[in-house]
Amino acid sequence: MTGAAVEFDGLTVERGGQAVLHGVGGSFGAGRVTGLFGPSGSGKSTLIRAIAGVQARVRGNLTVLGAPAGSAEVRAALGYMTQSPSVYDDLTVVENLRYFASLRGSHELGDVLSRVGLEPQAEQLARNLSGGQLARVSLAAALVGKPRLLLLDEPTVGLDPLLRRELWRLFAELAADGAALLVSSHVLDEARHCDEVILLRGGRILAQLTPTELAHRTGTEDMDEAFVRLIEGSGLPEGAVSAGPGLPEGP
Amino acid sequence: MSPARTFATARRVLTQLRHDPRTIALLILVPCLLETLLRLIYANRLRVFDQAGAPLLAFFPLTTVFLVTSIALQRERVSGTLERLMTTPLGRLDLLAGYAVAFGLLAAVQASVVSALTLGPLGLHVEGPVALVVVLAVCVALLGTGLGLLASAFARTEFQVVQFFPLIIMPQLLLCGLLIPRQRMPSALYAISDILPLSYAVDGMHHLSHQPGTSGALLGDIAIVLAFAAGALLVGAATLRRRTE
Repeated sequence: MTGAAVEFDGLTVERGGQAVLHGVGGSFGAGRVTGLFGPSGSGKSTLIRAIAGVQARVRGNLTVLGAPAGSAEVRAALGYMTQSPSVYDDLTVVENLRYFASLRGSHELGDVLSRVGLEPQAEQLARNLSGGQLARVSLAAALVGKPRLLLLDEPTVGLDPLLRRELWRLFAELAADGAALLVSSHVLDEARHCDEVILLRGGRILAQLTPTELAHRTGTEDMDEAFVRLIEGSGLPEGAVSAGPGLPEGP
Repeated sequence: MSPARTFATARRVLTQLRHDPRTIALLILVPCLLETLLRLIYANRLRVFDQAGAPLLAFFPLTTVFLVTSIALQRERVSGTLERLMTTPLGRLDLLAGYAVAFGLLAAVQASVVSALTLGPLGLHVEGPVALVVVLAVCVALLGTGLGLLASAFARTEFQVVQFFPLIIMPQLLLCGLLIPRQRMPSALYAISDILPLSYAVDGMHHLSHQPGTSGALLGDIAIVLAFAAGALLVGAATLRRRTE
Protein backbone atom coordinates (compact mmCIF):
# COMPACT_ATOMS: atom_id res chain seq x y z
CA MET A 1 0.00 0.00 0.00
CA THR A 2 1.44 3.36 -0.97
CA GLY A 3 -0.39 5.88 1.20
CA ALA A 4 -4.12 6.47 1.20
CA ALA A 5 -5.93 7.00 -2.08
CA VAL A 6 -8.73 8.80 -0.30
CA GLU A 7 -8.64 10.47 3.11
CA PHE A 8 -11.44 12.31 4.83
CA ASP A 9 -11.82 13.88 8.20
CA GLY A 10 -14.62 15.81 9.88
CA LEU A 11 -16.71 15.36 6.75
CA THR A 12 -20.20 16.80 7.11
CA VAL A 13 -22.87 16.89 4.44
CA GLU A 14 -26.18 18.67 4.80
CA ARG A 15 -29.23 18.09 2.70
CA GLY A 16 -32.45 20.04 3.17
CA GLY A 17 -31.08 21.58 6.39
CA GLN A 18 -30.40 18.15 7.91
CA ALA A 19 -26.96 16.63 8.36
CA VAL A 20 -26.69 13.39 6.39
CA LEU A 21 -23.08 12.80 7.40
CA HIS A 22 -21.94 13.94 10.85
CA GLY A 23 -18.23 14.74 10.68
CA VAL A 24 -17.06 11.33 9.52
CA GLY A 25 -13.39 10.44 9.11
CA GLY A 26 -11.54 7.57 7.49
CA SER A 27 -9.30 6.57 4.63
CA PHE A 28 -8.72 3.80 2.16
CA GLY A 29 -5.83 2.84 -0.04
CA ALA A 30 -4.87 1.42 -3.39
CA GLY A 31 -4.52 -2.30 -3.93
CA ARG A 32 -7.46 -3.27 -1.77
CA VAL A 33 -11.21 -3.58 -1.71
CA THR A 34 -12.80 -1.41 0.95
CA GLY A 35 -16.44 -2.16 1.68
CA LEU A 36 -18.86 0.56 2.73
CA PHE A 37 -21.64 -1.10 4.67
CA GLY A 38 -24.73 0.14 6.39
CA PRO A 39 -28.48 0.07 6.10
CA SER A 40 -30.35 2.04 3.47
CA GLY A 41 -30.35 5.71 4.49
CA SER A 42 -27.13 5.49 6.49
CA GLY A 43 -25.30 7.91 4.18
CA LYS A 44 -23.35 5.48 1.97
CA SER A 45 -24.33 7.11 -1.32
CA THR A 46 -23.77 10.58 0.10
CA LEU A 47 -20.23 9.67 1.18
CA ILE A 48 -19.50 8.15 -2.24
CA ARG A 49 -20.95 11.19 -4.02
CA ALA A 50 -18.83 13.49 -1.86
CA ILE A 51 -15.67 11.58 -2.81
CA ALA A 52 -16.77 11.58 -6.48
CA GLY A 53 -17.06 15.37 -6.27
CA VAL A 54 -20.74 15.65 -7.21
CA GLN A 55 -22.24 16.22 -3.75
CA ALA A 56 -23.12 19.80 -2.80
CA ARG A 57 -22.69 21.21 0.73
CA VAL A 58 -19.69 19.15 1.78
CA ARG A 59 -17.66 20.51 4.69
CA GLY A 60 -14.51 19.11 6.24
CA ASN A 61 -11.28 17.70 4.86
CA LEU A 62 -11.36 15.45 1.84
CA THR A 63 -8.36 14.49 -0.27
CA VAL A 64 -8.80 12.24 -3.31
CA LEU A 65 -5.63 10.94 -5.01
CA GLY A 66 -3.78 13.85 -3.45
CA ALA A 67 -6.13 16.47 -4.91
CA PRO A 68 -9.49 18.06 -4.08
CA ALA A 69 -12.56 15.96 -4.91
CA GLY A 70 -13.99 16.74 -8.34
CA SER A 71 -10.78 18.33 -9.66
CA ALA A 72 -9.63 17.59 -13.19
CA GLU A 73 -6.74 15.36 -12.01
CA VAL A 74 -9.12 13.23 -9.98
CA ARG A 75 -11.71 12.94 -12.75
CA ALA A 76 -9.06 11.63 -15.14
CA ALA A 77 -8.49 8.67 -12.80
CA LEU A 78 -11.97 8.02 -11.42
CA GLY A 79 -14.58 5.43 -12.25
CA TYR A 80 -17.93 6.05 -10.56
CA MET A 81 -20.98 3.82 -10.64
CA THR A 82 -24.17 5.48 -9.44
CA GLN A 83 -26.64 3.54 -7.34
CA SER A 84 -29.32 3.32 -10.03
CA PRO A 85 -27.97 2.34 -13.45
CA SER A 86 -26.90 5.47 -15.33
CA VAL A 87 -26.36 4.55 -18.95
CA TYR A 88 -28.08 5.61 -22.17
CA ASP A 89 -30.98 3.24 -22.71
CA ASP A 90 -31.18 4.15 -26.40
CA LEU A 91 -27.61 3.00 -27.06
CA THR A 92 -26.31 -0.54 -27.28
CA VAL A 93 -24.08 -1.93 -24.54
CA VAL A 94 -20.96 -1.48 -26.66
CA GLU A 95 -21.92 2.06 -27.75
CA ASN A 96 -22.40 3.04 -24.11
CA LEU A 97 -19.04 1.64 -23.10
CA ARG A 98 -17.20 3.16 -26.07
CA TYR A 99 -18.53 6.59 -25.17
CA PHE A 100 -17.48 6.42 -21.53
CA ALA A 101 -14.10 4.98 -22.57
CA SER A 102 -13.53 7.81 -25.05
CA LEU A 103 -14.20 10.39 -22.33
CA ARG A 104 -11.22 8.90 -20.47
CA GLY A 105 -9.12 9.01 -23.65
CA SER A 106 -9.31 5.27 -24.21
CA HIS A 107 -10.47 3.61 -27.41
CA GLU A 108 -10.35 0.02 -26.28
CA LEU A 109 -12.84 -1.81 -24.20
CA GLY A 110 -10.42 -4.66 -23.50
CA ASP A 111 -11.99 -7.57 -21.68
CA VAL A 112 -14.46 -5.51 -19.69
CA LEU A 113 -17.50 -7.10 -21.38
CA SER A 114 -16.44 -10.64 -20.56
CA ARG A 115 -15.44 -9.60 -17.03
CA VAL A 116 -18.98 -8.44 -16.26
CA GLY A 117 -20.48 -11.31 -18.25
CA LEU A 118 -22.18 -9.20 -20.91
CA GLU A 119 -20.56 -10.48 -24.10
CA PRO A 120 -23.80 -12.05 -25.40
CA GLN A 121 -25.62 -8.71 -24.92
CA ALA A 122 -22.91 -6.53 -26.52
CA GLU A 123 -25.05 -5.35 -29.43
CA GLN A 124 -28.35 -5.08 -27.58
CA LEU A 125 -29.96 -1.76 -26.75
CA ALA A 126 -29.64 -1.05 -23.05
CA ARG A 127 -33.41 -0.53 -22.76
CA ASN A 128 -34.00 -4.17 -23.74
CA LEU A 129 -31.84 -5.56 -20.93
CA SER A 130 -32.96 -6.93 -17.58
CA GLY A 131 -32.37 -4.89 -14.43
CA GLY A 132 -29.38 -7.00 -13.45
CA GLN A 133 -27.83 -6.74 -16.90
CA LEU A 134 -28.35 -2.98 -16.90
CA ALA A 135 -26.60 -2.73 -13.53
CA ARG A 136 -23.63 -4.56 -15.05
CA VAL A 137 -23.51 -2.18 -18.03
CA SER A 138 -23.43 0.65 -15.51
CA LEU A 139 -20.60 -1.11 -13.67
CA ALA A 140 -18.69 -1.73 -16.89
CA ALA A 141 -19.04 1.97 -17.79
CA ALA A 142 -17.16 2.75 -14.58
CA LEU A 143 -14.43 0.21 -15.36
CA VAL A 144 -13.56 1.16 -18.96
CA GLY A 145 -10.35 3.10 -19.39
CA LYS A 146 -8.88 1.42 -16.27
CA PRO A 147 -9.41 4.15 -13.67
CA ARG A 148 -7.15 4.03 -10.59
CA LEU A 149 -9.98 4.85 -8.19
CA LEU A 150 -13.30 3.04 -8.35
CA LEU A 151 -16.32 4.21 -6.41
CA LEU A 152 -19.06 1.62 -6.81
CA ASP A 153 -22.43 2.30 -5.23
CA GLU A 154 -24.22 -1.00 -4.59
CA PRO A 155 -22.90 -2.81 -7.67
CA THR A 156 -24.13 -6.23 -6.55
CA VAL A 157 -27.67 -5.33 -5.56
CA GLY A 158 -30.34 -7.47 -7.17
CA LEU A 159 -27.91 -9.88 -8.82
CA ASP A 160 -28.02 -13.64 -8.45
CA PRO A 161 -25.63 -15.13 -5.87
CA LEU A 162 -23.30 -16.70 -8.42
CA LEU A 163 -22.88 -13.43 -10.28
CA ARG A 164 -22.37 -11.54 -7.03
CA ARG A 165 -19.54 -13.86 -6.10
CA GLU A 166 -17.97 -13.38 -9.55
CA LEU A 167 -18.17 -9.61 -9.22
CA TRP A 168 -16.48 -9.66 -5.81
CA ARG A 169 -13.76 -11.81 -7.40
CA LEU A 170 -13.47 -9.19 -10.17
CA PHE A 171 -13.13 -6.41 -7.56
CA ALA A 172 -10.32 -8.36 -5.89
CA GLU A 173 -8.56 -8.72 -9.27
CA LEU A 174 -8.88 -4.99 -9.95
CA ALA A 175 -7.41 -4.28 -6.52
CA ALA A 176 -4.60 -6.71 -7.21
CA ASP A 177 -3.89 -4.69 -10.36
CA GLY A 178 -3.38 -1.67 -8.13
CA ALA A 179 -6.75 0.11 -8.14
CA ALA A 180 -8.35 1.54 -5.02
CA LEU A 181 -11.94 0.36 -4.64
CA LEU A 182 -14.72 1.60 -2.42
CA VAL A 183 -17.72 -0.70 -2.82
CA SER A 184 -20.96 -0.09 -0.97
CA SER A 185 -23.58 -2.66 -0.10
CA HIS A 186 -26.39 -3.07 2.37
CA VAL A 187 -25.95 -6.84 2.36
CA LEU A 188 -23.66 -7.23 5.37
CA ASP A 189 -22.85 -10.79 4.49
CA GLU A 190 -20.78 -9.46 1.59
CA ALA A 191 -18.35 -7.84 4.04
CA ARG A 192 -16.39 -11.10 4.04
CA HIS A 193 -15.25 -10.36 0.44
CA CYS A 194 -13.57 -7.09 1.47
CA ASP A 195 -10.06 -6.41 2.70
CA GLU A 196 -11.49 -3.83 5.03
CA VAL A 197 -14.95 -2.52 5.86
CA ILE A 198 -16.29 0.85 6.88
CA LEU A 199 -19.53 0.48 8.84
CA LEU A 200 -21.88 3.41 8.56
CA ARG A 201 -25.08 4.03 10.47
CA GLY A 202 -27.20 7.17 10.78
CA GLY A 203 -24.53 9.26 9.09
CA ARG A 204 -21.80 8.18 11.54
CA ILE A 205 -18.99 5.69 11.10
CA LEU A 206 -19.33 2.88 13.64
CA ALA A 207 -16.02 1.27 12.81
CA GLN A 208 -13.41 0.73 10.14
CA LEU A 209 -11.75 -2.65 10.39
CA THR A 210 -11.01 -5.92 8.59
CA PRO A 211 -13.71 -8.58 8.48
CA THR A 212 -11.51 -10.76 10.75
CA GLU A 213 -11.22 -7.98 13.31
CA LEU A 214 -14.97 -7.49 13.13
CA ALA A 215 -15.56 -11.18 13.86
CA HIS A 216 -13.07 -11.09 16.75
CA ARG A 217 -14.41 -7.94 18.29
CA THR A 218 -18.02 -9.05 18.20
CA GLY A 219 -17.42 -12.73 18.77
CA THR A 220 -19.52 -13.87 15.82
CA GLU A 221 -18.96 -14.90 12.21
CA ASP A 222 -22.51 -13.87 11.32
CA MET A 223 -22.09 -10.41 9.79
CA ASP A 224 -25.65 -9.31 10.52
CA GLU A 225 -25.21 -10.30 14.15
CA ALA A 226 -21.78 -8.65 14.27
CA PHE A 227 -23.31 -5.41 13.04
CA VAL A 228 -26.03 -5.54 15.69
CA ARG A 229 -23.50 -6.21 18.45
CA LEU A 230 -21.36 -3.34 17.19
CA ILE A 231 -24.35 -0.98 17.36
CA GLU A 232 -25.21 -2.16 20.87
CA GLY A 233 -21.60 -1.71 21.95
CA SER A 234 -21.19 1.68 20.29
CA GLY A 235 -23.36 3.57 22.75
CA LEU A 236 -25.46 4.87 19.87
CA PRO A 237 -29.08 4.23 20.78
CA GLU A 238 -31.03 2.38 18.10
CA GLY A 239 -33.39 5.32 17.79
CA ALA A 240 -30.53 7.67 16.96
CA VAL A 241 -30.74 6.68 13.34
CA SER A 242 -31.91 9.63 11.28
CA ALA A 243 -33.42 7.73 8.40
CA GLY A 244 -33.89 4.31 6.93
CA PRO A 245 -35.62 1.18 8.12
CA GLY A 246 -33.14 0.61 10.98
CA LEU A 247 -31.99 -2.92 10.55
CA PRO A 248 -30.29 -3.83 7.30
CA GLU A 249 -32.17 -5.75 4.69
CA GLY A 250 -31.27 -9.42 4.40
CA PRO A 251 -29.52 -10.82 1.37
CA MET B 1 -12.14 22.27 -23.90
CA SER B 2 -11.25 19.02 -25.62
CA PRO B 3 -12.14 18.48 -29.31
CA ALA B 4 -11.87 14.70 -28.84
CA ARG B 5 -14.45 14.65 -26.03
CA THR B 6 -16.70 17.12 -27.85
CA PHE B 7 -16.59 14.91 -30.93
CA ALA B 8 -17.19 11.75 -28.87
CA THR B 9 -20.24 13.41 -27.32
CA ALA B 10 -21.61 14.59 -30.68
CA ARG B 11 -21.18 11.07 -32.00
CA ARG B 12 -22.95 9.61 -29.00
CA VAL B 13 -25.91 12.00 -29.40
CA LEU B 14 -26.18 11.22 -33.11
CA THR B 15 -25.98 7.49 -32.40
CA GLN B 16 -28.88 7.86 -29.96
CA LEU B 17 -30.86 9.58 -32.71
CA ARG B 18 -29.92 6.90 -35.22
CA HIS B 19 -31.56 4.32 -32.96
CA ASP B 20 -34.74 6.37 -33.12
CA PRO B 21 -35.60 6.59 -36.85
CA ARG B 22 -39.16 7.63 -36.11
CA THR B 23 -37.96 10.84 -34.46
CA ILE B 24 -35.65 11.58 -37.39
CA ALA B 25 -38.52 11.04 -39.82
CA LEU B 26 -40.77 13.36 -37.81
CA LEU B 27 -38.07 16.03 -37.55
CA ILE B 28 -37.66 16.11 -41.30
CA LEU B 29 -41.13 15.30 -42.63
CA VAL B 30 -43.22 17.54 -40.36
CA PRO B 31 -41.63 20.81 -41.59
CA CYS B 32 -42.09 19.55 -45.17
CA LEU B 33 -45.75 18.90 -44.43
CA LEU B 34 -46.20 22.36 -42.88
CA GLU B 35 -44.56 24.17 -45.81
CA THR B 36 -46.77 22.18 -48.18
CA LEU B 37 -49.84 23.14 -46.16
CA LEU B 38 -48.83 26.79 -46.26
CA ARG B 39 -48.41 26.58 -50.02
CA LEU B 40 -51.89 25.02 -50.37
CA ILE B 41 -53.53 27.57 -48.07
CA TYR B 42 -52.12 30.45 -50.10
CA ALA B 43 -52.54 28.74 -53.48
CA ASN B 44 -54.19 31.88 -54.87
CA ARG B 45 -51.95 34.38 -53.05
CA LEU B 46 -48.42 33.22 -53.78
CA ARG B 47 -46.98 36.54 -52.60
CA VAL B 48 -48.05 35.68 -49.06
CA PHE B 49 -46.43 32.26 -49.40
CA ASP B 50 -43.21 33.95 -50.52
CA GLN B 51 -43.43 36.27 -47.49
CA ALA B 52 -44.07 33.58 -44.89
CA GLY B 53 -42.40 30.52 -46.39
CA ALA B 54 -38.83 31.73 -46.04
CA PRO B 55 -39.04 32.90 -42.38
CA LEU B 56 -40.58 29.55 -41.49
CA LEU B 57 -37.44 27.86 -42.81
CA ALA B 58 -35.65 29.61 -39.94
CA PHE B 59 -38.37 28.87 -37.42
CA PHE B 60 -38.43 25.07 -37.85
CA PRO B 61 -34.88 24.39 -36.62
CA LEU B 62 -35.53 26.58 -33.57
CA THR B 63 -38.56 24.58 -32.49
CA THR B 64 -37.13 21.16 -33.30
CA VAL B 65 -33.74 21.66 -31.74
CA PHE B 66 -35.13 23.49 -28.71
CA LEU B 67 -37.44 20.58 -27.92
CA VAL B 68 -34.90 17.86 -28.66
CA THR B 69 -32.15 19.52 -26.60
CA SER B 70 -34.26 20.42 -23.61
CA ILE B 71 -35.74 16.94 -23.35
CA ALA B 72 -32.42 15.19 -24.00
CA LEU B 73 -30.77 17.16 -21.21
CA GLN B 74 -33.69 16.65 -18.89
CA ARG B 75 -33.31 12.92 -19.51
CA GLU B 76 -29.58 13.14 -18.75
CA ARG B 77 -30.40 14.74 -15.42
CA VAL B 78 -33.10 12.25 -14.46
CA SER B 79 -31.30 9.11 -15.62
CA GLY B 80 -28.14 9.94 -13.68
CA THR B 81 -25.97 9.99 -16.79
CA LEU B 82 -25.30 13.71 -16.25
CA GLU B 83 -24.05 13.00 -12.72
CA ARG B 84 -21.80 10.28 -14.10
CA LEU B 85 -20.51 12.58 -16.86
CA MET B 86 -19.65 15.16 -14.22
CA THR B 87 -17.25 12.65 -12.64
CA THR B 88 -15.39 12.11 -15.93
CA PRO B 89 -12.84 14.41 -17.58
CA LEU B 90 -15.64 15.75 -19.83
CA GLY B 91 -15.85 19.53 -19.45
CA ARG B 92 -19.23 21.24 -19.25
CA LEU B 93 -18.52 23.15 -22.44
CA ASP B 94 -17.41 19.91 -24.15
CA LEU B 95 -20.81 18.43 -23.34
CA LEU B 96 -22.71 21.44 -24.66
CA ALA B 97 -20.53 21.79 -27.72
CA GLY B 98 -21.10 18.09 -28.40
CA TYR B 99 -24.86 18.64 -28.34
CA ALA B 100 -24.53 21.78 -30.48
CA VAL B 101 -22.46 19.96 -33.11
CA ALA B 102 -24.84 17.00 -33.24
CA PHE B 103 -27.99 19.09 -33.48
CA GLY B 104 -26.31 21.57 -35.84
CA LEU B 105 -25.73 18.64 -38.24
CA LEU B 106 -29.30 17.49 -37.76
CA ALA B 107 -30.52 21.00 -38.57
CA ALA B 108 -28.35 21.10 -41.68
CA VAL B 109 -30.01 17.92 -42.96
CA GLN B 110 -33.46 19.18 -42.02
CA ALA B 111 -32.91 22.58 -43.64
CA SER B 112 -31.46 21.02 -46.80
CA VAL B 113 -34.44 18.73 -47.29
CA VAL B 114 -37.07 21.33 -46.39
CA SER B 115 -35.39 23.99 -48.53
CA ALA B 116 -35.11 21.61 -51.48
CA LEU B 117 -38.83 20.95 -51.26
CA THR B 118 -39.86 24.54 -50.61
CA LEU B 119 -37.63 26.21 -53.15
CA GLY B 120 -38.15 23.42 -55.70
CA PRO B 121 -41.58 21.81 -56.12
CA LEU B 122 -43.39 24.33 -53.90
CA GLY B 123 -41.91 27.19 -55.90
CA LEU B 124 -40.87 29.55 -53.11
CA HIS B 125 -38.86 32.37 -54.61
CA VAL B 126 -35.60 33.41 -52.98
CA GLU B 127 -33.25 36.00 -54.51
CA GLY B 128 -30.21 35.28 -52.34
CA PRO B 129 -27.90 32.26 -52.32
CA VAL B 130 -29.71 29.07 -51.27
CA ALA B 131 -26.66 27.83 -49.34
CA LEU B 132 -27.08 30.75 -46.95
CA VAL B 133 -30.64 29.60 -46.18
CA VAL B 134 -29.11 26.40 -44.84
CA VAL B 135 -26.34 28.31 -43.02
CA LEU B 136 -28.88 30.53 -41.31
CA ALA B 137 -30.96 27.48 -40.34
CA VAL B 138 -27.89 25.87 -38.74
CA CYS B 139 -27.17 29.07 -36.78
CA VAL B 140 -30.77 29.05 -35.55
CA ALA B 141 -30.31 25.40 -34.54
CA LEU B 142 -27.32 26.35 -32.38
CA LEU B 143 -29.53 29.00 -30.80
CA GLY B 144 -32.15 26.29 -30.20
CA THR B 145 -29.52 24.15 -28.45
CA GLY B 146 -28.60 27.02 -26.14
CA LEU B 147 -32.20 27.95 -25.31
CA GLY B 148 -33.18 24.31 -24.84
CA LEU B 149 -30.32 23.85 -22.44
CA LEU B 150 -31.39 26.89 -20.46
CA ALA B 151 -34.98 25.64 -20.30
CA SER B 152 -33.86 22.25 -19.03
CA ALA B 153 -31.92 23.94 -16.24
CA PHE B 154 -35.11 25.48 -14.90
CA ALA B 155 -37.30 22.41 -15.24
CA ARG B 156 -37.53 19.50 -12.83
CA THR B 157 -39.57 17.20 -15.04
CA GLU B 158 -40.17 16.54 -18.72
CA PHE B 159 -43.69 17.97 -18.29
CA GLN B 160 -42.21 21.25 -17.11
CA VAL B 161 -39.59 21.35 -19.82
CA VAL B 162 -42.22 21.05 -22.55
CA GLN B 163 -44.12 23.97 -20.99
CA PHE B 164 -41.10 26.20 -21.57
CA PHE B 165 -41.77 25.88 -25.28
CA PRO B 166 -44.80 28.23 -25.34
CA LEU B 167 -42.96 30.53 -22.93
CA ILE B 168 -39.65 30.85 -24.75
CA ILE B 169 -40.52 30.15 -28.38
CA MET B 170 -44.08 31.36 -29.01
CA PRO B 171 -43.54 35.05 -28.06
CA GLN B 172 -40.58 35.08 -30.44
CA LEU B 173 -42.80 33.69 -33.20
CA LEU B 174 -45.48 36.34 -32.56
CA LEU B 175 -42.97 39.21 -32.49
CA CYS B 176 -40.44 38.15 -35.12
CA GLY B 177 -42.15 39.91 -38.00
CA LEU B 178 -43.88 36.90 -39.48
CA LEU B 179 -47.42 38.08 -38.64
CA ILE B 180 -46.84 41.76 -39.37
CA PRO B 181 -43.58 43.51 -40.23
CA ARG B 182 -41.78 44.53 -37.03
CA GLN B 183 -41.67 48.19 -38.12
CA ARG B 184 -45.46 48.34 -37.99
CA MET B 185 -45.72 47.02 -34.43
CA PRO B 186 -46.42 49.33 -31.45
CA SER B 187 -43.09 50.82 -30.38
CA ALA B 188 -42.96 48.90 -27.09
CA LEU B 189 -43.41 45.59 -28.90
CA TYR B 190 -40.90 46.63 -31.53
CA ALA B 191 -38.37 47.29 -28.76
CA ILE B 192 -39.03 43.86 -27.28
CA SER B 193 -38.72 42.19 -30.67
CA ASP B 194 -35.32 43.86 -30.98
CA ILE B 195 -33.92 41.80 -28.13
CA LEU B 196 -35.36 38.48 -29.34
CA PRO B 197 -33.02 36.39 -31.48
CA LEU B 198 -35.66 34.94 -33.82
CA SER B 199 -36.34 38.48 -35.09
CA TYR B 200 -32.84 38.59 -36.57
CA ALA B 201 -33.16 35.13 -38.09
CA VAL B 202 -36.41 36.19 -39.78
CA ASP B 203 -34.88 39.51 -40.89
CA GLY B 204 -32.07 37.49 -42.40
CA MET B 205 -34.55 35.32 -44.28
CA HIS B 206 -36.33 38.44 -45.55
CA HIS B 207 -33.01 39.72 -46.90
CA LEU B 208 -32.44 36.36 -48.58
CA SER B 209 -35.91 36.51 -50.10
CA HIS B 210 -35.59 40.00 -51.53
CA GLN B 211 -31.92 40.69 -52.23
CA PRO B 212 -29.65 38.88 -54.62
CA GLY B 213 -26.15 38.18 -53.38
CA THR B 214 -24.85 38.51 -49.86
CA SER B 215 -25.63 41.84 -48.23
CA GLY B 216 -23.92 43.25 -45.18
CA ALA B 217 -27.28 43.39 -43.43
CA LEU B 218 -27.73 39.65 -43.97
CA LEU B 219 -24.29 38.83 -42.57
CA GLY B 220 -25.04 41.14 -39.65
CA ASP B 221 -28.25 39.24 -38.89
CA ILE B 222 -26.40 35.92 -39.05
CA ALA B 223 -23.71 37.26 -36.71
CA ILE B 224 -26.35 38.44 -34.21
CA VAL B 225 -28.08 35.04 -34.23
CA LEU B 226 -24.71 33.37 -33.65
CA ALA B 227 -23.93 35.77 -30.80
CA PHE B 228 -27.26 34.96 -29.14
CA ALA B 229 -26.52 31.25 -29.62
CA ALA B 230 -23.08 31.59 -28.02
CA GLY B 231 -24.54 33.61 -25.16
CA ALA B 232 -27.28 31.06 -24.50
CA LEU B 233 -24.75 28.20 -24.59
CA LEU B 234 -22.41 29.97 -22.16
CA VAL B 235 -25.21 30.86 -19.73
CA GLY B 236 -26.47 27.30 -20.14
CA ALA B 237 -23.01 25.97 -19.28
CA ALA B 238 -23.07 28.06 -16.12
CA THR B 239 -26.37 26.47 -15.11
CA LEU B 240 -24.87 22.97 -15.33
CA ARG B 241 -23.67 22.21 -11.83
CA ARG B 242 -21.06 19.60 -11.14
CA ARG B 243 -22.25 19.32 -7.54
CA THR B 244 -25.91 18.77 -6.74
CA GLU B 245 -27.90 18.24 -3.54
